[in-house]
Order: sequence, then structure tokens, then C-alpha cells
Amino acid sequence: MPATAPLHLAAEIGGPPRYDPGHYTGLARLAERGALDFVTLGDSFARPGLDALAVLSRLAPATARIGLVPTVTTTHTEPFHVSSAVATLDWVSRGRAGWNVDVSTTGAEARLFGRRPAAPADELWREAGESADVGSRLWDSWEDDAEIRDVATGRFIDRDKLHYVDFEGASFSVRGPAIVPRPPQGHPVTVVDGTSGPARETAARHADVVLVRATAPEQAAAVRTDLRRRAAAYGRDPDTLRVLVALTVDLGDAETAPEPGLESGPLLAADGSHYRGGPVDLADLITRWHRGGAADGFHLTPITPGRDLERIVNGTVALLQHRSLFRTFYPGGTLREHLGLARPANRYAPEGGRA
Amino acid sequence: MHLAAHFPGVNNTTVWADPRSRSQIDFSSFEHLARAAERGKFDFFFLAEGLRLREHNGRIHDLDVVGRPESLTVLAALAAVTDRLGLAATVNATFNEPYELARRLASLDHLSEGRAAWNVVTSFDAFTGENFRRGGYLDRADRYTRATEFVATARELWDSWTPDGTPRPFTHRGQHFAIEGEFTVPRSPQGHPVVIQAGDSPEGREFAASAADVVFTRHGTLESGRTFYADVKARLAKYGRAPGELKIMPGVTFVLGDSDAEAQERAAEIRLQQVSPQNALLALEQIWGRDLSSYDPDGPLPDIDPDPGSSLVQGRVKHGDPLAVAARWRALSEEKGLSIRQTVIETTGRQSFIGSPRTVAARLTEFVEADAADGFILVPHLTPGGLDDFVDRVVPLLQERGVFRSEYTGPTLRSHLGLAEPVWKG
Repeated sequence: MPATAPLHLAAEIGGPPRYDPGHYTGLARLAERGALDFVTLGDSFARPGLDALAVLSRLAPATARIGLVPTVTTTHTEPFHVSSAVATLDWVSRGRAGWNVDVSTTGAEARLFGRRPAAPADELWREAGESADVGSRLWDSWEDDAEIRDVATGRFIDRDKLHYVDFEGASFSVRGPAIVPRPPQGHPVTVVDGTSGPARETAARHADVVLVRATAPEQAAAVRTDLRRRAAAYGRDPDTLRVLVALTVDLGDAETAPEPGLESGPLLAADGSHYRGGPVDLADLITRWHRGGAADGFHLTPITPGRDLERIVNGTVALLQHRSLFRTFYPGGTLREHLGLARPANRYAPEGGRA
Repeated sequence: MHLAAHFPGVNNTTVWADPRSRSQIDFSSFEHLARAAERGKFDFFFLAEGLRLREHNGRIHDLDVVGRPESLTVLAALAAVTDRLGLAATVNATFNEPYELARRLASLDHLSEGRAAWNVVTSFDAFTGENFRRGGYLDRADRYTRATEFVATARELWDSWTPDGTPRPFTHRGQHFAIEGEFTVPRSPQGHPVVIQAGDSPEGREFAASAADVVFTRHGTLESGRTFYADVKARLAKYGRAPGELKIMPGVTFVLGDSDAEAQERAAEIRLQQVSPQNALLALEQIWGRDLSSYDPDGPLPDIDPDPGSSLVQGRVKHGDPLAVAARWRALSEEKGLSIRQTVIETTGRQSFIGSPRTVAARLTEFVEADAADGFILVPHLTPGGLDDFVDRVVPLLQERGVFRSEYTGPTLRSHLGLAEPVWKG
């Protein structure tokens, strides 16, 4: 990766559960002022909080450019509903939707549905992959120019440009086509946390953006190389994969020092998940790792969103912008454009559709 | 009087060929119509649902509007561009699970600060089931028992947090669901989102009387409206409910003109657009269950009989016994000398309020005063401007008559509808 490769930055806006939309709107607008690629909102059926996709949909008209990536799980949900909801988020945000694919492994989650027992993670990640796969097929099941409004023949659509997906998975089947016309981005951006083994395989095969945890730039680089190799083995162009290092950050109260009483200088926890230091230190770490080719960017989870996101945007990001390592405005309108990812060709269209 | 607006989406009343017709999917269209409804102080904005594209003769139906966004997601976005308007989503109780859907609805109620509604529909249709894990095995009888238990389970979940914000574990063991755990969303601003029911069978009416806050009906003529109204309201007592606890709102179309004559002329033009020659034959094939593409839409009805066992049309609700419907259509056609297209125009329109704004305001008022309805769900024929004239020209007259609000008096959809917040049953 050349040192000049664009840096991508994203932030999580979850935290202790909040039930007022104003809280989330404020955080997303703050992240948008920093020109971040996207915000994520984590979700689980077993954790207090609102439905993440609904929250980000509520934020769509209140923001203009920033990507909106809710976690939507695949274990107890219907793939057809999930693909419709994510496509709709892309419509209401005019091309800014993503989808952080996750699974529900616990018995507690299974008992909320009473439909199937808990299952091992590798089995659920295979199913998550199938859910991502059928999702992208459903997004393609309408060609971009399927709506014709031909008054002479009375046809609203050209039925030859709509396609059955006829998907047969191990635990579900979907006939198709989608109810929702092909979304503005063609495919909303698929994100997978590829830290765990079974998730990594699904990520390499289906994700546009992979989040990984690492304690050192060498380790991050090795994971990135591994993901790119696996993606290539699935017939994908590895350059269409963005690997972001996921860090939970605690920026404390000082510019460069951690909280009083702790050793000075940034600390990275042993599992690479937790960073503690000041906004300037964080900018230095991002600069160092990115220049060294360890990652395409960073996904930052502020430990206290209200405080830390403000410090990330006004401290860390401002410094990265000052160093010309990060953009100061959005040159494009869609999340794919922020990420430098092309609009996917349509697998069902004769010539791949509008790219 | 209560008023709601239906987004003119996938149905055969939507006129997409009109030059003023814009996108059926862009958010701007939804925003335009919702803002118009809120400007008119409407109770709520209503979205229908589709879970499989209709088919005709084994092929995807291509003559009407096809394709729409997912309701709850659009409504969450509309919550950001409206302040008071209720936001009603049609969501199928057959192809969803109570925990997930109760959570999504409670989320919408929080995100809209108390404006969410759920129109409960059911399906017995294996055709639709082909898009879902569980398939479509539910038969007609089971779909209402599942829906009734589904709504009751959702209410248990909505009540599982105490009003002071403490989560409490729930356990539900029933015929259709056996679930337990802890709900992730506190009691929402309305307590429970408003529950709407659509469906006219005796089971549907009973379900409405026992569980719904609003009934969405097609009984739009004064006489059938009064009969339906009396029947459904009479069913409430056995569930310990007062007549005012269930609002009856027929879905109706309307056409306005500067004079009644102009409106009638315009309505005739709109019917010709809605029932194109292609749509006329299609409507006929839906009754006959046969390929009638060789018939002339401007000619007489076919003399062959319908095939009652046909599955020519998939994914669309069928109305009545085909042989009886065909006999009725033939009699009408012979009596008035109507062509296929004219017969379809005469028989397939739903209740329309046609006239000058003054005439339409008077007739709407008459319906409500005669106990034929508590209000109306207006189905415009144009996207997205189809409500503008009604809001600008009819609503002020209703306000002048004192039958419709001039300002919202409360913040929540329940307050617009005059419905109490449900008592907490912890």
C-alpha cells in the first residue's frame, strides 16, 4: 500500500443506552463535521437500546454526507426483511447506508425468539455469509433501469429487468425478487468485524469493510494481507476491500497524557482493543500505522461518546487534516464514494448494468 | 373527524402516467406527502406493505406501480422531518417474530416521541412464504390466532419495563410463541404504539374489536359503512371496551374540482387512466382465472365462464366467488351496454368523494355524523402531490364546520385519536 493511500476514519456512536434521537443526531453531526467516512451503531437483541437501523434512519434526514452503518444481526432475523431494511436505509439517506453484519450466539438471545437453539459461532457466521450473499442478490434483483413507465404499453416496469434470486441456503431459501428497487449505491456497504476466525472467512468473502483488532502495526498488516489473500481466493479484487483497525479509545482529559495517576504516553491494551491516551497521541498512532501500510484506516469507539467523540473530531481528526493525512470535506455524496469503492455492477444485467 | 393519508403506492388507484407523477421510491416523495399531511393536521400517515411482487400468469406483474421501501425504516426517517404526524406501518404478523417487531415498533415510538402505529396484517399465502425461512404453512384459521397472540405478546413486552424505567424479565408461553428474557426498550412515549387492523372477515372484525385501536376498512358507502360500523362497535362490549376506544376509518379516494361538474369530469378521466385497456383485461383475468389477452377491452365481456380453481394471479387478495362476480359483471354490462373496460371502471372503484371542496367537506361530515365512519384514510392517486389540494382546500372547510381540528392538541398519535394511554399491566 503506497504511503499516499487515502486514510479512512469511522466512529461508533453507541455507548450507554439512550432513547432520545437528539443525542444520536448530535453525535452524527459532530462526526460529519470531521468528515468521517461513517458512523456505526452497535446492536444486539440482548442489550438495552433502540433498534440501530431505526436510529440511523432517523438520523438520515438530519445529516447530509456521513455514512450510516447499523449493526443488523442475521441469526434470528429474516434475510428478506434485513435486505429490504438496509436497502431502504440507502434510499432514505440517498446512498449513505452500510450494514455491520453480526450474529447472535447466546442462549439468552435464542430464548427471546423461541424458534431455534443457540448454535456455534462458525455455523452462525456461515449463515451470516449466506444472509449477506442473498442480500446482495436481492439488491441486484432489480436492474437499475427496470422502471420504464411506458405509457404506450401501460407497463410501469420492464419485467425482464427483474430477477428471481432462487437462493437456497443451508438454513433458509429466498425466491425473490426484492420488493425494494435497487438502492442508490447498488449495494449498501457491507461491514464485518473480522477479528474472530469464523467471522474473518465471511468477511473476506462478503465484506467491503473489515474491522480488525491488533496490538501492533505489524500484526494489523499481517491480518490485512491475510484478508486480501482470502478475498482474492474468492475471486474478489483485494483492492475493493477496506481493512480498518478497530480501537476503543479513552482520550482522558489531557492533550497528550492519560488520566492523572497513569503512566504518561499512550497505552494499548494487550488484546489491542483499548487505547488510552490523548487526542494528539492518537493522531500520531494513526499516522504511524497508516504510513506503515498496516491498515486502510481506523474505526474508533469512544468509551464515553459525548466526551471522546468531540476530542476525536476536534483534536485527532483536526490534527490529521492539518497534516494533510485526512480530507477536510466530502468530495462525494455516497458512502462508497467516501471509501473509494465503485458502485457494483449488477450480476443479473446483461452487461453488468450501470457501474 | 379523524384523517389519515395513505402513500399512493403499489395499487391500481395510483396514476403513474400523469406528468405530475414523480418517484415512487425517492425519500423526497415520502417527505412531500408527509409534510402535506402534517400541514393539514392529519392524525397519521399510512404505509402499506409488500413481501412478494405480484404475479400474473406466472410472470411478474408489470402494469401497476411495483416496488416500495420497507415501512418502518421510511417512517423512522420521516420522524425527523415531521413533529406531530402519526406514522403508521403495515407489518405482517405471519412473517415476523414478536420480540423483534415489538422492539422495532417501540424504537419508532421513541424516535418519533410517541407517534408510531402498527397496522397488523396476516397472510396464509405460501406464495409470499417463499421469501421466508418459515415458509407459508399457516392456514386461514391459524393466522388470526397467531396474530391475536402476536399482538398480546407484543403488549407484554411493551409492558415489561415498569413506568419508572426498570426492566423486568418476561415469560410468554402460548400456542404460537414460547419466549422469555428481557426486553431492551423502556416503555415508549405512548405506552403502546397504536394498533391498526385491516380485514373484513368475521375473524378480522373480532380481532379488531378485541385488540385494535383503529380499523382500516373498505366499507366506504354510507349504508355499508353504517352496517359495518354498528357491527364492529357492538362487538367491543364483550371485551370490556367502550365504543370510542376503536376508531373506524375507511380508505377512500377523492377528486376535487372548482365545481361538482368539473370534479366529475376529472374523476372520469382519472378512472380511464387507472383502468387502462391493459389493466381492464388484467382485472377481468383476475376474476375469470383465464388468459383473456385475445379479447378486445372495448368489446363485450367473454361468454366463457371463470375457472374457479385458477391460480392465475398470485400475491393479490381475491374478493368473492369468481362465478358470482362474473354473473354480476355480465348482468351490469348487459343492462347498461358496457364494454369490458367500462364494466371494470364501474365495478372496481372504491368509495370516492368527488366534487367541489365544499361538496366533499359536506359529504365527509355527513358520513361521520351518520355513524358510518369516525374518519377517513385518504388514498390520493398522485405521488407525491396528490394530497396538496385536499389539505389546502378541503381541510379549512372542515375546520370551519368545526368537525376537524385546527391545531394538534397533544403530542402523541394517541392524543390525536382521542385514545387513552394503555394502563400498565406489569
